[in-house]
Formats: sequence, structure tokens, C-alpha cells
Amino acid sequence: MAVHEVPVYTGLVKDIKLDTTKDAVVIENVSKVFKKSRPFWEWFRADKKRDERTIWAVDHVSLNVKRGEIVGILGANGSGKSTLIRMLSTLLIPDEGHISIFGYDVIKDERMVQRLINRVSVEASFFKRLSPMENLLYAARLYNMSGAEARANIKAILARLGIKPDRIHAPLENMSRGMQQKVAIARAFLTSPVVLLLDEPTTGLDPRSKLDVQKFVYELREQHDATILITTHDMDEADALCDRVAIIDQGKIMALGTTAELKQHVARLMNREKPVSMNEVFMHYTASHLITEEDIARYGSWEKAFEALEAQREEEDEE
Amino acid sequence: MAALMHAGRATYAFFERNWNLTKRYLAWEVVWVIFNIVNSLSVTFIGLSAKQFAPQMVNHLILTFLIGSSVWTYLSVTFEGVTDMITIERWEGTIEHTFMAPISRFTHLVGSCWYAVAHGLLFTAVQLLVVCAFFSLDLSHANYLSAIFIMLLGSISFIGMGIGASILPLLFTERGTQMSFIVRAVLLLVSGVYYPIDVLPVWMQYMAYVSPATYVIQGLKEALINGASIWSPVMWANTWPLIIAGIVTIPVGIYIFGIAERYAKRTGKLKRNG
Repeated sequence: MAVHEVPVYTGLVKDIKLDTTKDAVVIENVSKVFKKSRPFWEWFRADKKRDERTIWAVDHVSLNVKRGEIVGILGANGSGKSTLIRMLSTLLIPDEGHISIFGYDVIKDERMVQRLINRVSVEASFFKRLSPMENLLYAARLYNMSGAEARANIKAILARLGIKPDRIHAPLENMSRGMQQKVAIARAFLTSPVVLLLDEPTTGLDPRSKLDVQKFVYELREQHDATILITTHDMDEADALCDRVAIIDQGKIMALGTTAELKQHVARLMNREKPVSMNEVFMHYTASHLITEEDIARYGSWEKAFEALEAQREEEDEE
Repeated sequence: MAALMHAGRATYAFFERNWNLTKRYLAWEVVWVIFNIVNSLSVTFIGLSAKQFAPQMVNHLILTFLIGSSVWTYLSVTFEGVTDMITIERWEGTIEHTFMAPISRFTHLVGSCWYAVAHGLLFTAVQLLVVCAFFSLDLSHANYLSAIFIMLLGSISFIGMGIGASILPLLFTERGTQMSFIVRAVLLLVSGVYYPIDVLPVWMQYMAYVSPATYVIQGLKEALINGASIWSPVMWANTWPLIIAGIVTIPVGIYIFGIAERYAKRTGKLKRNG
């Protein structure tokens, strides 16, 4: 890939005084509960199944992220990763707890927080009939960028992500999912956010494109001192990219630390000399029953404890 | 000043985006224009058929039906443009990106609406020109300036009501858009779209008095049939209710939208699958 200078846009944040002594992201005891809607004929019935209709998507989560840090949030599908990212993005209101970005509360200071953040979602959400240029120009103007500045920056960022110039003005619906996802990443990078929220940004990308995106994330951090939260299912990506990772399961943070720390901890539990892989770390912390040292002592090894507890869970599910 | 510049750019962003979408869906626009012209003609020909029993009324009836069908089209296109700001964005999946942009909801809503008004006016003008070509209308008394004035003034309250109606697709992800059709249909029914409001049942006449569409239709009739000028007392009788309706409906619409947005953010309804 040719080397292109990544433009840094400071228009929205230059007037904001950021207290660099504070953590970039503070999540304090945050919960989000979703209630499944009931058919109207059940509205007046005795509420026996009320608890079954309540889902704790995020369950009393606390997490601090320092300025310039890249933190990965790992979890299975439906574990609460995207709900957490949505609450940080001002798109969902937490039921409990507080979230702040550089001291600005996501509810009370919503507009200020929106100036500091941007987000890439797992779906490349665009007006598919419009071209990348038209979609990104729309996004750039919402973030107070002039047309001339936006056009120049869009071309530079898309070129940096490997989008050929002849594709810039063609409808997005003619692009592959991977290409669309690159344009989605370009949209978030375009506004040079101080805090970038990446919700499975590389899902659907080929290995080379994944590496391009990872390099770009690093560049954004180096050039713009951005703080980055990334959710991913790709353990290698988490290992390569993140300063720390949080493993989330059923809405709760099960582990938090550097990948090296977590690997060592799980290796110790598994009684191995060499660090385990991130996949094994993930399996350990997202098992149906978190395996403790007592479980290992009881069953003889981590593997036996895992098998026994999984079998026990299956029996419980059948009942 | 910087905030104003930002609001201006964001407002233009919505106009530009909608214009780009209109260009990309041009075939649909053509189909929609033809559909509305056919609709308008099928109603307006009823006026022409009156020459068999009331020849002196033909011009008046045709103009009445023409004005009614034009207002119907205008309200439909404008309302659709306003509710589309939610419907299309939900369909395309861009709604979360727009809602997390650092702009006020006022800028977002008004930015989306001014394209709807411009689109509606252009659409209606094309329909009027084509339908007029089918009839030998006597428009020698028409005051076009007054007609445009009353349409623009009425647009303010239509925008306010459209913003209020756009909470339906926001809250009801599956059929919210269809539910918003009922708002404009009721609005036109009680506003005497093809008939004087005094033929309505009394309880509907009360609804007519608070409907801005009533004053737009009456104002257009005065302007195009009787040639009333903007400053005439008869136009003023339709102007002041529209001024009040405009002052009331936009803040009320935005306030209602704000409540609905907060509810959607609490319950996860911004995103279709929660």
C-alpha cells in the first residue's frame, strides 16, 4: 500500500479543554436491562414471568481507560459488548451507574461527549445508493467540516485504506462488505475523535485489510493521542493491538488486564509452564462456570474441571 | 458564531444528502409524480363533469378539486420527507450515526425538513402545471404571490406536525411509517380538502378550526379563485391562525420528539433489533 499522510481534523475539539489528569473513559458500576415486550393480552395477567422477560445486557460493569490506551473488550455474541459501546456512544441510557468521557457525563453533557467520540459498528451502515464520497461528506458536515476540507480528507483517508479513486464516486451497494467496512472505518477516522469506539470493526475483512486497519488504529493513537476501545472476536487482533483487554460474559467483566498477564494467570491455573493462547484465556473466562483453583484441585486438572462443569450445566439445562 | 456555522453546515448536510438520494432514486420520483398527477386528474375531472347540470360552476369546481388534490400531494410529500428522516435511516442502518452526531435535535429535524418543503413545493408545482394543461381554466384573477405565501406559511406548521408524526417510525419500528399516514389523512379529511368544512359534522368542524390545513386550503382558494392579495382581510383571516400554528407546532413537535428519543434510548429502540 502506498504511504499516505493521514489528515488530523481538530475542528470540533480545539475549543474543548481536556483534563489530562483524568482517565479518558470512566465506567462506574453501569448496568443496562432490557425488557422483552409482552403481548397486550398478558398486560393484566399476574406477572409470574416478569423475571424471565428481563435481560441484564450489562451487569454492574466498571472500567477505566487511560488517555492513549487501546483497550479490547472480548466476549461471546450477546455478552453485552455492543450495549456497552452504545452507552458510551450516547445511543443508550444506562439504567444504573455513570459513564464519563474526560470528565463529561454521557447523559448530562451528551453534546460535548459527541464532539469527542466516534464509532464504527459491526454493520457498515450507509446510504447504500450513495457513493463513499457522498456518505462521508454528509458525515463530515455533521462534524462541522467544510466541504473543501472534507473532500480532501476523504480522498486521503480512503486512499490510505486502499480504496481506489474510481470507487469513491460509485454507489456503495456495488462494493464488497469488506470495502464497505473500510469506508465505515474511514468515516470514524475522518473526524479524528479523541475517543474512538470500534465495535468489531474488522469482522468480514480479509487478513491484509485487517492489518491495514490495525496499522491505521495505531497511527490514529500516535498522531492524535486517541484513546481506543475495541470489541472483537479475533483473539490475535486483541493480542496484537490492545494494551489491556476486558473479557465480558453475560454482561459482567470476568477479567481485566494485559494479554500477557491473563495468559500467565490462566497458564498457572492450567498448570502449564508456557503461557496459553488468548483463545484458551477466552474459553476459561467465558466458560459456563468460572473455573477456580478449588475446582481444579477437586477435579485434578483445568481440562477435567471444564468437562465436568460443562456436563453439569448441560444436565441443568435439560432439566 | 462557531456554533452557528456548525448548525449551518449540519443543516446543509441533510439537504445535500436528501438531494443526492433523490437523484439516485430518480426513477421512483418519476413514478411518484405520475401517480400523483393521475390521482389529481381523476378527482379534477369530477369538476368538469358538472358542466352537464351547472355549467357556471365548472371553473370553480375544477379549481377547488385542483387545490384540494395539490394540497393533498404537498402534504403527502412533505410529511413523507419528514417521517423519512427516521424511516430511511432505520432502513439503511444509519440512524445511530446521525443520532450520535454532535448536533442539536433542532438542527437535525429542521435540517431534514427544509428539503422536504422544497421537494414538496417543486413536486406540487410540476403536478399543477401538468394537470392545468388538461383544462381550460380561467386563472385571470389568480394571485400567485398570495398562493405561494400561504403555502410557505402553512409549511411551518406542517413541519411541526410532521416532526410530531415522525415519532411513530421512531417508536414503532415495523409499521410506524404506515401509522403516520393516518395523521395526514385525518388532517385533510377535517380540513375540507374537496368541500367546505360546514358540511362536516359539528365535532369534525371543531377539529377543522385547529387544523392548519384548513387555513392553507381556504387561503389558496381565496388567492387562486378570488385573487385575494396577501394584505387583504380575507387572507389575514387565514394568515394569523397559520402564524400561531407555526409558533406552536414546531416547538411542540420537537419537544414530543425529544421525549420519544429519550424513551427510544432507554429501551434500545433506536436500533431495529434492540
